[in-house]
Amino acid sequence: MNLGRLRALGVDQQVALLFLILFGLLVFVSVAALLHALRDDAAANGEAARRFRRDLRAVWVGSLLFWAAWISGPVGATLFFGLFSFLALREFITLQHTRRSDHRSLILAFFFVLPIQYVIVANRHFDLFTVFIPVYVFFAIPVVSAMAGDPHRFLERNAKIQWGIVVCVYGLSHAPALLLLEFKGYEGRGAFLLFFLVVVAAVAQVVQELASRWLRRRPVARQISRSFSWRSWLMGALAAGAVGLLLYWITPFKAGQAGVIAVVAAGCGTLGEFVMKALKRDAGVHHWGNRSGVTGAVGLLDRVAPLCFAAPVFFHSVRWYFKLTP
Amino acid sequence: MSAADLMGFVLALLARLITGAQGHWKGCPPTAEQRIYFANHQSHFDWVLIWAALPKDLRLNTRPIAARDYWTATPLKHWLTREVFNAVYVARTRTDDQDPLEPLADALERGDSLVIFPEGTRSNAGDPMPFKSGLYHLAEQFPQVQLVPAWVDNVQRVMPKGEVVPVPILCTVTFGAPLHLGPGEDKRDFLARARAAVLALRPRIA
Repeated sequence: MNLGRLRALGVDQQVALLFLILFGLLVFVSVAALLHALRDDAAANGEAARRFRRDLRAVWVGSLLFWAAWISGPVGATLFFGLFSFLALREFITLQHTRRSDHRSLILAFFFVLPIQYVIVANRHFDLFTVFIPVYVFFAIPVVSAMAGDPHRFLERNAKIQWGIVVCVYGLSHAPALLLLEFKGYEGRGAFLLFFLVVVAAVAQVVQELASRWLRRRPVARQISRSFSWRSWLMGALAAGAVGLLLYWITPFKAGQAGVIAVVAAGCGTLGEFVMKALKRDAGVHHWGNRSGVTGAVGLLDRVAPLCFAAPVFFHSVRWYFKLTP
Repeated sequence: MSAADLMGFVLALLARLITGAQGHWKGCPPTAEQRIYFANHQSHFDWVLIWAALPKDLRLNTRPIAARDYWTATPLKHWLTREVFNAVYVARTRTDDQDPLEPLADALERGDSLVIFPEGTRSNAGDPMPFKSGLYHLAEQFPQVQLVPAWVDNVQRVMPKGEVVPVPILCTVTFGAPLHLGPGEDKRDFLARARAAVLALRPRIA
């Protein structure tokens, strides 16, 4: 590929090309999957094939939303991710045992904290954006909760709500923040940065999954995940680093920087997924898909969890390293 | 689109945004047969949730039961129940010369489906209360109508008593397999069986 010619294209054309490649690949994979499904044997309709088709559908939905978020500009992107945050938090809270006295705190979380955080992102107040939830909301939630006058399991209930807010609102709001982050000489290319993050996180996830099947190492924490081992995690992160290195030309980074930052972000994403697995075990759910029959499990949280953990680390390390002030 | 249609659309959208209103059809498909859905009753939201969980074409002729004195008290309440939900009004105070089930029987004769809460009132915690006998009498009078049990889950967390603003929490409505009144089945046995059918649909964490 002639990189010089690519660089000569306008920003809009580059973004359009990016989406063209993305959707082209998706169409290709989908057609292949369809042809595979037409075959009438066990492999075509087994559990693995079904899971693959389900994940493929999720990738389609994700890509379409990503595209819609991009063409609708900063306001649209913020609204899209805000809605995602809302749905993810709804799912998270459903699986926790809240009490009647948590009602006001939950209203605060859903109808005040969440919209304010996204309004701050949309206006690019990145300093306030960084501290709004860890400082101000951290203080406000227990105050409202104490006002309800129920000391029963007070710390536990508050911790659950705070945790949900940090993961589902604070973490996920870094995705539109990446779209809006301004690099010198890189204006208007925020979509590449988010795309870069999503791709490296996905690569790490897939490679880790394959590696754990292939290596069959002893799991680090059998009670939580039967497949997670340090070696497969490392392979996932390194694969993400390699892909990041290859993709450096769509980012404002130099090649080496892109590789390192991809390893860090993708490693955090897969570790975050591991943490979510522990959480699921705690809530007594194995799959967060609709099949479990447990109220509250729709599976959205599963899909966005790696992003919730990877995006803040990615965003803040980039911002710190390149000294990007507002 | 009339104002009532618009209101219905907005309410269904809100119910879905706040609770998800997922319908799990475990015992029967959502088809346009004449049915009486009977469910547990924990909140005023129950009806809206069941209604939002139904497919759109089933909503049109599936009707709730509303207490006439309460739901016709203000023009807004009256409009909401009459135009948007097409409710069947019943009198709460019993008069000697009238069968309280008569409006329900009229609606069933016209071919409409009904949603009833056989506990009669909202139960707050734990298991549903014993069922009132209305369900039995309707089953006796209309043997061709399917009796579909349903369990509405989680709705009491959305809006506890005394609060005004609902909190977004996912709820499900699980529909079970249709029941029929057995030949010569005792009233008490049937009501216990119907209650057990509703309870059996409660989701359990594995």
